[in-house]
Amino acid sequence: MISSRLLGVLLVSLGAVTLTPAADFKPAIVYDFGGKFDRSFNQSASVGAEKFRQDTGIAFREFEITNAAQREQIMTQLAKRGSSIIVAVGFTQASAVERVARQFPDVKFTIIDAVVDLPNVQSINFREQESSFLCGMAAALASKTGKVGFVGGMDIPLIRKFALGYAEGAKYVNPNIEVFQNMTGTTPAAWGDPTKGAELAKSQFGRGADVVFHAAGATGIGVMQAAQDAGLLSIGCDSNQDYLHPGSVLTSAVKRVDVAVYKAFQDAKAGTWKGGQLVLGLAESGVDYSYDEYNRTVLTPAMKQRLDQARADIVSGRLKVSEYRAQ
Amino acid sequence: METYTLIVLLLAATIRVATPLLLAALAGMFSERSGVIALGLEGMMLGAAFTSASVAAVSGSAWLGLGAGVATGMALALLLAFACVTHRGNQVVAGMALNIMVAGLGPALALAWFDLGGQTPQLEGPGQRFLALTWPWAAAADKVPFPGRLYSQLLSGHNLIVYLAAVLVPLSAWLLYRTRFGLRLRAVGENPSAVDTAGISVTRLRYQAVLISGVLCGVAGTYLSTAASAGFVRDMTAGKGYLALAALIFGKWKPYPTLGACLLFAFTDALATRLQGVDLPLVGVIPVQFILALPYVLTVLLLAGFVGTAVPPAAIGVPYAKEK
Repeated sequence: MISSRLLGVLLVSLGAVTLTPAADFKPAIVYDFGGKFDRSFNQSASVGAEKFRQDTGIAFREFEITNAAQREQIMTQLAKRGSSIIVAVGFTQASAVERVARQFPDVKFTIIDAVVDLPNVQSINFREQESSFLCGMAAALASKTGKVGFVGGMDIPLIRKFALGYAEGAKYVNPNIEVFQNMTGTTPAAWGDPTKGAELAKSQFGRGADVVFHAAGATGIGVMQAAQDAGLLSIGCDSNQDYLHPGSVLTSAVKRVDVAVYKAFQDAKAGTWKGGQLVLGLAESGVDYSYDEYNRTVLTPAMKQRLDQARADIVSGRLKVSEYRAQ
Repeated sequence: METYTLIVLLLAATIRVATPLLLAALAGMFSERSGVIALGLEGMMLGAAFTSASVAAVSGSAWLGLGAGVATGMALALLLAFACVTHRGNQVVAGMALNIMVAGLGPALALAWFDLGGQTPQLEGPGQRFLALTWPWAAAADKVPFPGRLYSQLLSGHNLIVYLAAVLVPLSAWLLYRTRFGLRLRAVGENPSAVDTAGISVTRLRYQAVLISGVLCGVAGTYLSTAASAGFVRDMTAGKGYLALAALIFGKWKPYPTLGACLLFAFTDALATRLQGVDLPLVGVIPVQFILALPYVLTVLLLAGFVGTAVPPAAIGVPYAKEK
């Protein structure tokens, strides 16, 4: 392990001297609001980048956005400093990517959760409705009150997509189930407000919900904390969050942003990177629900069986999940 | 019945949301009544939120966290007083500078110490947080809707800092209106020359007032990071310091009206989280954007129309220079 990393470092330093293409490979990643350690969406992206560094020994540049004006600045700077590929995490980066990608047609850009139609931009999107559907089913199966909740971050179509899939999944199990939906806000600040998240979750518990699903980045930390404090269940999002509160987290709607980032870096390094659109769902293992040693006590084998059946049906096309943006 | 429970829960949420506002507004009251503009509330709260979460995480004790939060609030207050009182600096600029400094310093220190991207470790162990206290017989009382549920949901089930904040309102009123210190404090905010003529140190009084505001902000910050949530995150005060200032003006710099203003702001906030996606009679489902804007719209309307003329302390914002 250590020796392979050392070897990697050696190779890179060697490359720097001889100027082989591998040494010129300079990947970069720009995280969105909520930050690299949101234990959710951005963190998943950082896990992918970190894995790339460990596997190849190539360091990457990274930047956490803390105000909107920084996006274009930092991307321009990264492009100017000769980055080979810039991964922009999050839909809010779309306009910045579009402008900077036009200025630097030789730099590769990969954007997650948005579509930018340029030859040097790769747009990766996920069918979050599919994993949300499975989580909705899990929530309905675990709920004793017949009421489940959803806390979204910023009120945008992407988050509505989560909400719709979740509600459909819950209704698929129990047509009479009540689904409460709350959005934290309408600005990017809604991704980083755990106090508000906890308050929203508590309001849903007050109305009788006993399982709550968050799609709210760092705000979700508060949602899950509130569920733990109340002795109820929560469902994690984007990263596998089962470990945060073992026994209180039913499952997580995992979105493999890490795989997408890792693959983008690897492909760019190998020269197989292509612009265009990629959409990853259950069939491509781009999204899934989580099952591990942390949630084994709450997600029973009977539930798991139902979820696996539904997953197979969605993959085979027998079960259709609505796409919010198509409506 | 169903509606009744919802209302009780709404009021309980109001109390939770009002607590940090109230503490900060009382802090502002002491500072402004002495003639020092309290624009640094946000920064003092945020700083205290950061240190209390850090200390609670490292030491495992919420009480040590509270101590650290209060100490931080006082240290920042001293800094503010040093700039505004001793050096007669512009109080608005000094307050804003404090806010900006803490907003950057907290995450930077957190990054250096914990390497978690500007957050502090999540508080999980027993005793690391101020948890909700259940009063005796609350479970039994909950079975009787009225008045049992008022007792079990509204009075019981909050954390210690909430009760502390409630006690601090009459205590502040007593301190401000029934003690010699309070009389001098109010006088120094209206006419510092008169206080000085009477042989009382203006500087000393203002330092004391700003320090008290630091202590209260320290408690408010601790509430945010170790009671309401479980750790510090960037900008977690989210403008509560400024909202507290608005509540203070709305409450005309008096303890009980300020309490009312804080409860009103908190109520609209709690209402907003509960109105989302609810099918109301006659109007149907209200768009989420409107609901989220409601507390601010109400604030503007109330401040513009119903508060009447709010007369600030006469000497507020004016540094006192002793005549030579």
